[in-house]
This record gives sequence, C-alpha cells and structure tokens, in this order.
Amino acid sequence: MVDTTVDIEKKEAQTTEGVEHTRAVKVYHPAVDIVEKAKEIVLTADMPGVDDKSIDVTLEKNVLTIYGKVDLDVPEKYRASYVEYGVGDYRRSFTLSEEIDRQRIEATVKNGVLKLVLPKAEAVKTKKIEVRAA
Amino acid sequence: MLLSELAGITRGGLGGPYRWHGYNALQNRLRQMQEEMQRLVSGERPAAEYPAINLWTNEEEVLLTAELPGVNTEDLDITVVGKTLTLKGARKAEETGENDCCHRRECRYGNFARVIELPYEIEGDKVSAKFDKGILTVTLPRADADKPKKITISTN
Repeated sequence: MVDTTVDIEKKEAQTTEGVEHTRAVKVYHPAVDIVEKAKEIVLTADMPGVDDKSIDVTLEKNVLTIYGKVDLDVPEKYRASYVEYGVGDYRRSFTLSEEIDRQRIEATVKNGVLKLVLPKAEAVKTKKIEVRAA
Repeated sequence: MLLSELAGITRGGLGGPYRWHGYNALQNRLRQMQEEMQRLVSGERPAAEYPAINLWTNEEEVLLTAELPGVNTEDLDITVVGKTLTLKGARKAEETGENDCCHRRECRYGNFARVIELPYEIEGDKVSAKFDKGILTVTLPRADADKPKKITISTN
C-alpha cells in the first residue's frame, strides 16, 4: 500500500504523448473512486477548485476524459509563506468498454467533487440464473 | 474489469492483474522521485497531515487555504486561539452496497483534524472563512497588539 504522505499529496498527471498544453499551469491527476453497482458504474473524482462551468467530460470513441480547469487566483498583496499543495488543472482518462450506455451518462459537481454515473447497457446487466433442485 | 486506466495497460490473461500491480508500483515510485525533484526546485513542502494547507501572509493578516473536496460546510469546525488554528472536519463516504465492487478507492473519507501554528497572534473576533468549490479560505487578521509599531524619533 502507499504510505500516508503520498496519500495527501496531489499527483501530477503524466503528459500523454502528442498532447501539448496551452495553459502554463500544472496538471494534476485527480484521486478517483470507481464503484461498480448492479446497474451502473459510479466514478467520483476529487477536483477542488472546479465547478460545473469549468469541468469538461468528453467521450471520444471509448476514451472518457475528465478535465477540470482551475483558476489560479493568487491573492494580491500577499506573499506565499508556506506552500504544501500546488494549484493547477486536473486531467485523467479512462477506457470504457462497450458495456456502457453512452447516451445516459450523467455528471454532477458538488463541493469540488465530480460524480459520474455510467449506466450499464441493458445487455450486460447481470442476470440471475435460477438453480432448480432436480 | 469494465474500466481500465489509460496508462498503457492492456487487459492480460490470467497473469494480467499481477503484472499490472507490479507495473503500477514501479510507476508510482518513479512518479514519487519526479515529485521530490520538482519539490526541491519549487520550494513546495509535502503535507505532513491531511488536509494540505497553503499560507499567504502580509503585515496585516494571514490567509489560509486548504483543499477539502466533498466536505460540507456544516461538518467543518475552525477554532483560533492566539497563534494556533485548529481545523476539524469530516467527509462522509457514500454508502456502498454489499454487492458493489470497488475498482478504485483513492479519495479520502472520514474524520480529520489538524493544528496549525500561525506566524503571529490573531484577532479571534475578526476571523472570517469561506468555503467554495471544495476550497476553504480563512482570513486571519493579525492582533493589534502584535502588529509592528513604528517608532518616531524625536529630535531636540
């Protein structure tokens, strides 16, 4: 398991090859929870500083990308005297399998947390097989 | 697994998950080393406790910011005594059913408390806090008694 100090830190995102940034900010890898339920997959991502207007969820072919733009508002007339975390955008990508119903993906943001509900397509919902005593 | 991360991992056969963990551990270690190097250059210090904080100061006040995603304002508790600020709170985890399967668990849940030593005495009554988009900002004005006094020199 990872040790606690690493847990607190924000992880910087790896630059994907062929992707260039136009904004001179750091890009972080948001911490995510992925829970698979019977009918859907719920993805939760911690992205403090992001709201519904600054978040971008794209689905291209089978790659789901979450991108959050964070405004770097450096307080005026202050100087940074102690810095533990960096501020920057967030980006992370996931590959989706065909089993997701793309039309019904839902995204909500609250208190800097993105919640994505990815409903499973009808065909793959687990079917319970009844076992009869012979 | 329905979702596999885009980290250059392909779904393997039976050996897949094991190979994947090994690869991940190595990648994490490499990332850690890279971050340590980055920190040496930028002057950023790793947080010893949760939550990580940043402090902004001037002669008049201190501005404390902390990233607390998923925390509700009513679950946050801030107290200031003299030079010490205590930040307490909790983040409730979403309930998962018995049959739910967790593919990733990286977000933090539960209680947290952190005591922060500030650079100077604070005027407790004038402290204000704001919580927006998961970021807490606390404005802490310096106590009058603690402010530097300009001394005028009289000449005869």
